[in-house]
Amino acid sequence: MKTNESCVISPENQSVQIRHLEDIQSRPSCLRGKGVTKIFGTGGKQTVAVDHVDFDFHEGELVSIVGESGSGKTTLSKMLLGLLNVTEGEIFYQGKLRDISTAKKKREYWKGIQAIFQDPFSSFNVFNKIDTVLLDCINMCGGRHFSKEKKIELMTEACCFVNLKYAELTNKYPFELSGGQMQRLMIARVFLLKPKILLADEPTSMIDACSRATILDMLLHLRDETGMTILFITHDIGLSYYISDDVYIMEHGKFVEHGTADEVILAPKADYTKRLISDVPKIYEPWDLSTVKY
Amino acid sequence: MKNTLKQVFHSPKFLVGFCIFTSILLMMIIYPLVNPGNPLEMIGLGTFAEPGTYVSLYDSVGTKTSTLKLDGADVKRIDQVLSGEDRVNMLNWFTADSIDISGLDITDTDTLLAMWKANFDPSIRLQGMTKAMRNYYIRLNDNINAAASADILTVSEIDASTGETVEKAEINKTDYVNVGDVANVKTLPLGTDNFGRDTLKELVSACGTSIRIGLIAGTVATFIGLLLGLLGGYLGGFVDDIVMFFTNIFTVIPSFVLLILISYSISQDQRGANTIAIVIGFTSWVWTARSVRSQVISLRNRDHVNLSRLSGHSLMRIILTDILPYIASYVVMAFILQISSGILAEAQLSLLGLGPKTTDVPTLGLMMNWAMLYSAHLNGSWWAYFPVILTIAFISFSLNLMNTGLDQVFNPTLRD
Repeated sequence: MKTNESCVISPENQSVQIRHLEDIQSRPSCLRGKGVTKIFGTGGKQTVAVDHVDFDFHEGELVSIVGESGSGKTTLSKMLLGLLNVTEGEIFYQGKLRDISTAKKKREYWKGIQAIFQDPFSSFNVFNKIDTVLLDCINMCGGRHFSKEKKIELMTEACCFVNLKYAELTNKYPFELSGGQMQRLMIARVFLLKPKILLADEPTSMIDACSRATILDMLLHLRDETGMTILFITHDIGLSYYISDDVYIMEHGKFVEHGTADEVILAPKADYTKRLISDVPKIYEPWDLSTVKY
Repeated sequence: MKNTLKQVFHSPKFLVGFCIFTSILLMMIIYPLVNPGNPLEMIGLGTFAEPGTYVSLYDSVGTKTSTLKLDGADVKRIDQVLSGEDRVNMLNWFTADSIDISGLDITDTDTLLAMWKANFDPSIRLQGMTKAMRNYYIRLNDNINAAASADILTVSEIDASTGETVEKAEINKTDYVNVGDVANVKTLPLGTDNFGRDTLKELVSACGTSIRIGLIAGTVATFIGLLLGLLGGYLGGFVDDIVMFFTNIFTVIPSFVLLILISYSISQDQRGANTIAIVIGFTSWVWTARSVRSQVISLRNRDHVNLSRLSGHSLMRIILTDILPYIASYVVMAFILQISSGILAEAQLSLLGLGPKTTDVPTLGLMMNWAMLYSAHLNGSWWAYFPVILTIAFISFSLNLMNTGLDQVFNPTLRD
């Protein structure tokens, strides 16, 4: 498996990692932000969660946003998804200023941007059967009038893509599945929707290492197949190096560093990035804990 | 769903509560079938007839008699006439007449009566004794004489045409009639109330009305609370501010005072049981709204709700399918508590005389109100209010038990 192989890559051996950086930089912008800010609370008790960040994500790019807990990654992702209102700043979607002022426009926007959340166990409505989740996606993509056979065919195809068997899943409830299976089902959902942008908010942090490799492999596979932009939000800087083209490092609501994965991780400039890198446990070397802050 | 129900019925607390509540409900259904008729029908003229079996005196005269010679029949007869109070009064008479009463035991009927017969003289006017008291002693003496003497009692009838008294029957002291042979016998397990109405029948009917009031009040309160809580919690922002504004106002004003004021402003003939129930519901939604709101706020940012939004579902659908099922167990528990507090609120309100109008249906609160107005608690007519209190206690106890049982099932941290 591709990701399993990438697990053994070291900085000296980069031949496996294929990055078409020039190619990606020249692609049109998919999602661009200018001075995006989110402030929670009013009056004296204000918390600035995201502080005037600028970003530019290109089509087909895999971007990682890395930062520790509480750095504002999830808030930013929710703003990008349109689940939270932006306090200040502008977000451009496909070159145009994003307009999600009405429910109808929001629905249209969500056809282009979808998400996978961190906790697979809380991502599903436990009262709905699995079929409902997939049928909703088909309906959303204009498949409401499809025949029952066609719908089942589509669902089977989606399940096949993530190595699940539709026949085994049908009429089951989410809690009857394992965490890895649920997360794969989320990918099946994205596969059906085929959005332009996928926001993966720490999709692998709650599942075991083996399932993690499978999930990552599927995400990369999905990108190759549909050419979607993937925003990978993670606290794991090591992981981000292996999978992403571009890396944004976030600290206290600000982007402290950004560039290609090689630039940021092999030659970090910001102190925060250096600390993040040194905090990753290494298998073959003693772990340097001198930089750990309390 | 099936599994949850199974779990619910395995909770001992819920089961006990459910059994008590079901037996009350069964009683409400079965008793009117056994004892049909209007519960507010006045069957007695006097107030507060004691619980027991009533045999028609008129009918028992003509009924076939059997002769029975029972031990101590005379003593029992006199005991029936002589109450404890009478015995003490007799003692007082002896003291006032300056008779030596040393060694006299007032529970010893024979000695007491012998002494009474030897010493009592209705013509004596004792110093300091009121006329009423003197008459009382004369009456007492007559009763004692009647019970002790005359082996045969004659029942006579006045002939309508001649106006003469015709002897109809002779009753010996040893004559007994079988209760089953008497044409009219009425058992009143809880006696009658102040208006001479069968208390048990009234209680069963009142229980039904009160539970209905509780159900309506609970439904109204839960519906308003749920609606406001869901909207405020899910929409947030301005809507939430307005909802919280009203909720806070209603929290600050004591709901019972509000209830009294609203009930007071509705005229007596407009105040049916249903009106009162709705008024109670309108004043008790506050806590449901607050707690539903806080639950919804914590649910609002859950991933499954976000995912549902991303799937383009409408507000209505998200609330109905992604939020409501998650708080359903909580709402059911709140509903049960609202029923219980609705019943209690009605009882309190009626006790103050602000309950439903009194001519329509009996309610538990009205029964207590009547008992209180006619001083049942002062003259010892416990059957007029005690069973009512017990019923209210049992209903709210069973509902609260069910609530706790449900809480233990739905809230795993409370499981033993």
